[in-house]
Amino acid sequence: MNIESGQLLFYVSGSIAVLASLFVVTNKNAVHALLYLVVSLLALAMCFYLLGAPFAAALQIIVYAGAIMVLFVFAVMIFNINQTDIDREQQWLTWQSWVGPSLLAMILLGEIVFVLLSQQNWATNPSSVTQIELVDARAVGSLLFGPYLLAVEIASFLLLAGLVGGYHLAKELPKKTTTQGGSQ
Amino acid sequence: MTVPIEHGFVLVALLWAIGLVGLLSRKNTLFMLMSMEIMLNAGALAFILAGSLWQQADGQVIYILILSIAAAEVGLGLALLIRLRQHIGDLDIDKLDEMKG
Amino acid sequence: MNMQDLLFLVPLLPLVSSIILLLLAGRLSPMLVAVFGVGSMALAAILTLLIGIEFLGMGGDSFQQVLFNWLPIAGAPLNFGLHLDQLSLVMMGVITGVGWMIHWYAAAYMFGDKDVQRFFVYMNLFVFAMLMLVLGDSLVLLYLGWEGVGLCSFLLIGFWQHKADNVVAAKKAFIVTRVGDTAMMIGLLILFSEFGSLHITTIVDSTVQVSQSNLWLACLLLVGGAVGKSAQLPLQTWLPDAMAGPTPVSALIHAATMVTAGVYLIARMHPLFLQVEGILNLVAWIGALTLVLAGVAALAQTDIKRILAYSTMSQIGYMFLGLGALAFDGAIFHLMTHAFFKALLFLTAGSIILKMHHQQDIFKMGGLFKSLPLTSTFLLIGLLALVAFPGSSGFFSKEAILAATYEAHTAGPTLWWIGVLGAFLTSLYSFRLLFIVCFGPANHDLKEADYKASSQLVVPLLPLVTLAVIGGFISLDFSLVFGPAHHPHIPLWIEWMPVAASLVGFILAWALYFPRKAMQANDGVISHFCRDGLGFDWLYEQIFTKPLQLFARINKSDVIDHFYHFVGWLNFSLNEVLVISQNGKLRWYLFGTLAGCALMLGGLLWWR
Repeated sequence: MNIESGQLLFYVSGSIAVLASLFVVTNKNAVHALLYLVVSLLALAMCFYLLGAPFAAALQIIVYAGAIMVLFVFAVMIFNINQTDIDREQQWLTWQSWVGPSLLAMILLGEIVFVLLSQQNWATNPSSVTQIELVDARAVGSLLFGPYLLAVEIASFLLLAGLVGGYHLAKELPKKTTTQGGSQ
Repeated sequence: MTVPIEHGFVLVALLWAIGLVGLLSRKNTLFMLMSMEIMLNAGALAFILAGSLWQQADGQVIYILILSIAAAEVGLGLALLIRLRQHIGDLDIDKLDEMKG
Repeated sequence: MNMQDLLFLVPLLPLVSSIILLLLAGRLSPMLVAVFGVGSMALAAILTLLIGIEFLGMGGDSFQQVLFNWLPIAGAPLNFGLHLDQLSLVMMGVITGVGWMIHWYAAAYMFGDKDVQRFFVYMNLFVFAMLMLVLGDSLVLLYLGWEGVGLCSFLLIGFWQHKADNVVAAKKAFIVTRVGDTAMMIGLLILFSEFGSLHITTIVDSTVQVSQSNLWLACLLLVGGAVGKSAQLPLQTWLPDAMAGPTPVSALIHAATMVTAGVYLIARMHPLFLQVEGILNLVAWIGALTLVLAGVAALAQTDIKRILAYSTMSQIGYMFLGLGALAFDGAIFHLMTHAFFKALLFLTAGSIILKMHHQQDIFKMGGLFKSLPLTSTFLLIGLLALVAFPGSSGFFSKEAILAATYEAHTAGPTLWWIGVLGAFLTSLYSFRLLFIVCFGPANHDLKEADYKASSQLVVPLLPLVTLAVIGGFISLDFSLVFGPAHHPHIPLWIEWMPVAASLVGFILAWALYFPRKAMQANDGVISHFCRDGLGFDWLYEQIFTKPLQLFARINKSDVIDHFYHFVGWLNFSLNEVLVISQNGKLRWYLFGTLAGCALMLGGLLWWR
């Protein structure tokens, strides 16, 4: 079998991603799960790089694993997870609660894989592609400042909304005094 | 180095399914959010694969947009989770069933 | 301008008066109400007289006046038209003339009543409907009048609504006549389908070959309608109870006019009936049987108005007998004379009742010949006409009918003997009434001061008295309607037998009923049976009312309703089942959504 090293690397990081995701989903400790999630994201970054998308890989590591996951960790810190919570998770995770979702997921997975593998006409014959070209940051940048300029602006609106909403929702409620009636 | 593109998409589907399992079977809202992150990542991988297939940067651009969506969503989601915890004391999503009947 | 062109005014005047009185309800003084109510009738009567004089002077050909096109149906357009010939002229004269007298009397009779305006609304409306009945040139207009008089009869019987018994009697009258009306309606529809039109002249002059069985059926149904309206067997049970209405109502509706509508119908459609002579035989038998039955029942009554009601039933039996014996002119003649003396009798009875302070039991009267001489004289004259005392109006008309009965091939000697028996019974109950009411010791406690008669109650009776005496000499010429008059050739003893029967009745009444001491109503079983109308009420109750009530009780929970309740129950049950799937849990909803996705994808993949 003529598997190249890049291909092998791709399979390996893919498996790491899958395994790590499995650990995320079946974990009882929130912090452990988050860390596994970070591992999964990093493995995916590896996959991105191997597919010729270095800019995306970098962004994955910096933004996704570095910012969003950190945000998760901060939130977990606020929630103050302790042993009772972990025990309760243990309680909640009976094998009965896995049966239904697993079955459904497997059916869906089966269907999607069937659809994927029965595709006859990929645009390029995969076996004839000899080399994955690197699509570097320059190309991405020229697209971002070109055709996708409006999308970028709208994404900024979205982030603004997320910012304002996040601030508002997490604001501390004013303390109710005994003389005040009604609902807040 | 070449990667058969179907294998990439199979990886996407696999990750997506794992995220789905987590979403449906976990009661803790935090874990549900994490599972949703896995699913989003699977989607992002699919776009990158497509971009690689066509040798164009569009896949990465879409990936950036997905990234920003995920960021906003996580921010708001966690804020809501904080609120939820203040309201009902723990993060059990089954406690939010006032819309029943 | 011809007087005849004013024909439409005759029914119009009472209608207008009725509408005016209705619209100005409560705003007119009783005097003004009486002016409208009676005045319209007076105008109508005078107009009738003038029209009649001109009509007869012009030779008596039938006169048609079409007012407007009512229903423009293709092929059989229905016009609102009036038809005048001798038959309708006589009927019109009776209705407006006798009606005028009765209205005049009623204005005085109902004077203190607070609802007198409503009374005259109904009375005038009734006269309008009755005039439409006799003047209409198509069967539809006749039916309009038919229903109108039924309605007004109902309204007037139950006039004093605060007494529940009156309303019950009104309902009974309406429902029983309704049975007849429905039969008549079906008959009219059959006639329409056979002849293609309901115009009377078109039907009777038609040369179209119609199926005999259909014609038979239609005429039978028309007789059914006539029987209902004229209170003959088997639909006679409503008339005695209809006496619950005010006495002028009983006089106008249930003696002179409405109950004679059936007779008019058969007389008007006589060309049809002549084609199905078996039905005329049936009509004669109905008349004869009712005649005897009513006479027997009248013998057992204690209420003066009920005696007169059964007497009316009996006399209309005579008219039916006359119709059945092909003596149409005799029947109509008897109708006219009967209107005169029966109205007189009823109004006199009304005066007596008023004087007795609304006491109607004859056994609580007595000795009125000394106390109320004028009223008693009127009563006597009316009764003499009723029993066909030789020379009175009733004599000539009854004699005409009985003579024809003997000879007719649709009637015959059997029916004639029944008619004679009827004459005997008539005399018996009439003189019973006279003796118990007017002679003997007084069973009441009225003082002298109560006896003065109001002039308004007496003056209207004078024309009626006159006509009851000399009305027999009015010769009516129906030759253009019924064909040349047929004078039966019968032996002399046949002619005078009814008079002999009446005399026998008089002697027997003298023997049995002349009060030598205070009398009381007979209390035996047979008396009660006769008093209750010979058990017909009981029979109908068993056959019709009780099963209907049973069925209503069974269906109390309304079987059909169960179906609709079931639909509602089904919805609620389904809701209870389906709401389980809405348990508010997010993961459950997600699972449902994704399972649906999986199914759809699977389905799509399967079919590709």
